[in-house]
Amino acid sequence: MSRKMIPERTPMPEQPPEKRRRNFQEVALGYTPEMAQREASRCLQCKKPGCVEGCPVHVPIPEFISHVKEGFFIEACRKIKEVNLMPGVCGRVCPQERQCEAGCLLGKKHEPVAIGRLERFVADWDMKEGGNGMVSAEPSTGKRIAIVGSGPSGLSCAYDLARMGHEVTIFEALHEPGGVLVYGIPEFRLPKAIVAQEIKGLKELGVEIITNAVVGKLIDFEEIMAEFDACFIGTGAGVPRFMGIDGEELNGVYSANEFLTRVNLMRAYDFPEYDTPVKRGSRVAVVGGGNVAMDAVRTALRLGAMEAIIIYRRSMTELPARHEEVGHAVEEGVRFELCSCPVRIMGEDGWVKEIECVRMDLCGIDESGRRRPVPVEGSEFTIAADIVIVAIGTEANPLLLEHIQGLELNKRGYISVDEETGMTNIEGLFAGGDIVTGSATVISAMGAGRKAARAIDGYLKNRVGKRRRGGVRR
Amino acid sequence: MPEILQKRILRRPDVFYYRVAAPLISRKAQPGQFVIIRLHEHGERIPLSLADICPEDGTISLVVMAVGKTTTEMSLLKEGDSIRDLCGPLGKPTPVRYYGRVVLVGGGFGIAPLYPIGRAMKEKGNDVITIQGARSSDLIIYRMEMMSVSDRLIITTDDGSEGLKGRVTDALRILLDEEGADLVMAVGPAVMMKAVSGLTRSYGVKTVVSLNPIMVDGTGMCGGCRVLVDGKTRFVCVDGPEFDGHRVDWDTLMLRQKTYREEERLSFEEWKKRHPHVMVEG
Repeated sequence: MSRKMIPERTPMPEQPPEKRRRNFQEVALGYTPEMAQREASRCLQCKKPGCVEGCPVHVPIPEFISHVKEGFFIEACRKIKEVNLMPGVCGRVCPQERQCEAGCLLGKKHEPVAIGRLERFVADWDMKEGGNGMVSAEPSTGKRIAIVGSGPSGLSCAYDLARMGHEVTIFEALHEPGGVLVYGIPEFRLPKAIVAQEIKGLKELGVEIITNAVVGKLIDFEEIMAEFDACFIGTGAGVPRFMGIDGEELNGVYSANEFLTRVNLMRAYDFPEYDTPVKRGSRVAVVGGGNVAMDAVRTALRLGAMEAIIIYRRSMTELPARHEEVGHAVEEGVRFELCSCPVRIMGEDGWVKEIECVRMDLCGIDESGRRRPVPVEGSEFTIAADIVIVAIGTEANPLLLEHIQGLELNKRGYISVDEETGMTNIEGLFAGGDIVTGSATVISAMGAGRKAARAIDGYLKNRVGKRRRGGVRR
Repeated sequence: MPEILQKRILRRPDVFYYRVAAPLISRKAQPGQFVIIRLHEHGERIPLSLADICPEDGTISLVVMAVGKTTTEMSLLKEGDSIRDLCGPLGKPTPVRYYGRVVLVGGGFGIAPLYPIGRAMKEKGNDVITIQGARSSDLIIYRMEMMSVSDRLIITTDDGSEGLKGRVTDALRILLDEEGADLVMAVGPAVMMKAVSGLTRSYGVKTVVSLNPIMVDGTGMCGGCRVLVDGKTRFVCVDGPEFDGHRVDWDTLMLRQKTYREEERLSFEEWKKRHPHVMVEG
C-alpha cells in the first residue's frame, strides 16, 4: 500500500446526550467538508468492492467516495442519485453496519469507511447548493404506472420508472407523502425537511403524487388496472400487533405506530401549536427491541419522561435495532429491562399504572436462529409506568388486499411475489417492501422498489399496447 | 382542495351543515361510511360521518357541532372556502338490505348519518321508523330530511316541549312492546348507543351502532381507534365503524374517548385566547 492508512474512522459530530435527550433536533450534526474528505481518503477503492455488494440498491460507492475525496461533492451526489433518489434519507437510516460497511475491506482489520456518513454529507451538501445533483429522465414512453403508497419502496420504484421515461402517479392515503419516513421515523433521526426535499426531486422528474387517496376505497383496484399499464403496491407493513394481555385497552397504552404518528406526522411534540395531542408520560415503558421501539423510547424522553424503559424479552446481543440507535438510546439514559416479557398491565381509574413482567431464560435456538426466551417461573416483577408503548411489530393490512380479487398471499397474509421481479400472480401487478416481506428496513424496501421498476419496464416493453378504458381523473 | 359549496346553520349557535365538492368520494361513498378531514397545516385529523352522498352532483354532506377547537374552526368556514384535506370514503358501509321494520335511533347531531342510511333502507322496501331525541324541541335537527326517509318520525324531548317527554329509549321501549322491530340502528353519543343496546338486548333485537372513537390515520395503521368487541380488539376505522351493539365493551370505549379531554380543553382555551372576538355562528 503506497499511501498512509488511517485506521480509525472520522467521528460524527453529535449533540451531547444530556442536551439532545430533551429536544427534537437531529442527533448527528453531519461532517464538515474537511471531515468528509479525510474520511473519503480512507477508502481503498477496491476493484471488487464488497460495499456495493452489500448495498440493496448497489450504490456505486467507491466512485462517489472518490469524488468526495477530490472535493467534487455535487458530482458525488449525482453519482449516488443514478441509483438512489434519497441519499439524505439512506445516509441517516440505513443499517450500514450490516450492509455496505459490513463489506468494507478496511473493516477486516480496522474500522470500515463511514459510508453512510459520507452519503449523508453529499446529500446535505447538494441540498444546500440547491439540488444540482439531480439527474434527468429519458424521453417519454407514454406508458402510465400507478404506485400505491408513497413510502420508501413506492418512492424508489417511482424514481426509477420516471427516469426510464414512464409516466408515474403515486396514490397516498395520508395527507403527506413519505410513508414511514414521515409518520414513523422521528425528526431527531430523520428531519422531515430532508424527506420533503428528496420527494420534491421526484416531483421535478414529473411524478404526480395524489394524497388523501385510499386505493380500495376512493379508487378501485380494477379502475387502476384499467387506467394504467402497470401497478406497484408498496403499502407498507400495516396494522400494529398488540400483545393480547390483560390491561392493553387501558388509557395510556399506545401502539408504537400511533404514538409515533401523533408525534412525527401530526407534530404532537409541538402541541398546542399543532392540534394533535399526545400523552407525555413521566415513566414510559416501551415493549420491543427493534428500531421502532428505539424511536418510541427516545421520543418519550424528548417529550419529557423522567424515565424511559425498553422491555425486551431477549438480551442486548439479540436486540434487532440498528447498533447506532441502541448506542444513542443508552447514552441518552434509556433503561433496558432485558430478558423480560410483559404478562399484564395494571391500571387505576382506567389509566395505566404498572406493567407486570416475567424474567426470561435464554436457552436453545429458535427457528429465527436467535436464542429462545423461556419464562422463568415465579420471577414476576412490576415496573411502574404511566404510558406503555407496544412496539412488537405489525401484520398485513387487509384494507387494500381484500379488494383485489384473486391476489395470492403468503401464510402471513402478505403479498406473494416472484423474488426476482416483484410480480404478483396478477398480470401487470407488482409489489414490494413491507407488504411483501413484513416489517423490514427502509433500504430493503427501496431495493424491492427498484427491482420492481426494472421488471415493470421489461414487462411494458415486451407487451403490445393495451387499450385504455374510462378514466379516474380528479 | 375540496370546496364548500353550501353551508347552513342547522341549530343555533353551534350545529352546521356543509355540502362539499368531492366528486371522487361521492362516486364511491356508501351510507355508514365516514371521511377524515384536516383543516390546515397545524390541524388534527378528525373523522366525520357522511350526512349525505350525492354522486349526481359530485358532493358529500357533513354535519358538524362546534364543541372544540377543530370543530369551531370548521364552523367559521364559509361557502367558497376549502377543506385542506379530505380523505375517504373510509370504513365499511352499512349492510343495507331488506330487514322488515328498521328502527333508526338518533341522538344529538348523530341523527345526520342516519339520513343516507334511512334512505337506502327505504329503497330496499323496509318499513323505516325514526326515533330522534334532544333536550328540547328547538334542538332537533334534520327533521325534514328524516321525515322524508321515514314512514314515521317519533320525537322525544327531555323537557317535553315536543313529542314524547323522555329519552329515545322510552320511545323505543314502547315501540318494541307494541310493534317489535327487525333491526335497530343507533347513532349518537356512546352513552345513548349503550342505553339503546342495553334495552334491545332484553328484547333480542339485532342492534347496529356506529362507533366514534379517537382516530388518527383511519386506514388501520395506528390502532388508536381500537375497541373491544366480544372481548377481541377491533379497529373501528377498518373493521367498523358499525358493530353489533350487544357485543361492544361500552365502558372501555367511553373511557378511551376521554383520553385527551384535558388536552382538548387546553387547545380550545389557547385558541379562544388568540381569537377573542370570534363569534361562533354563520
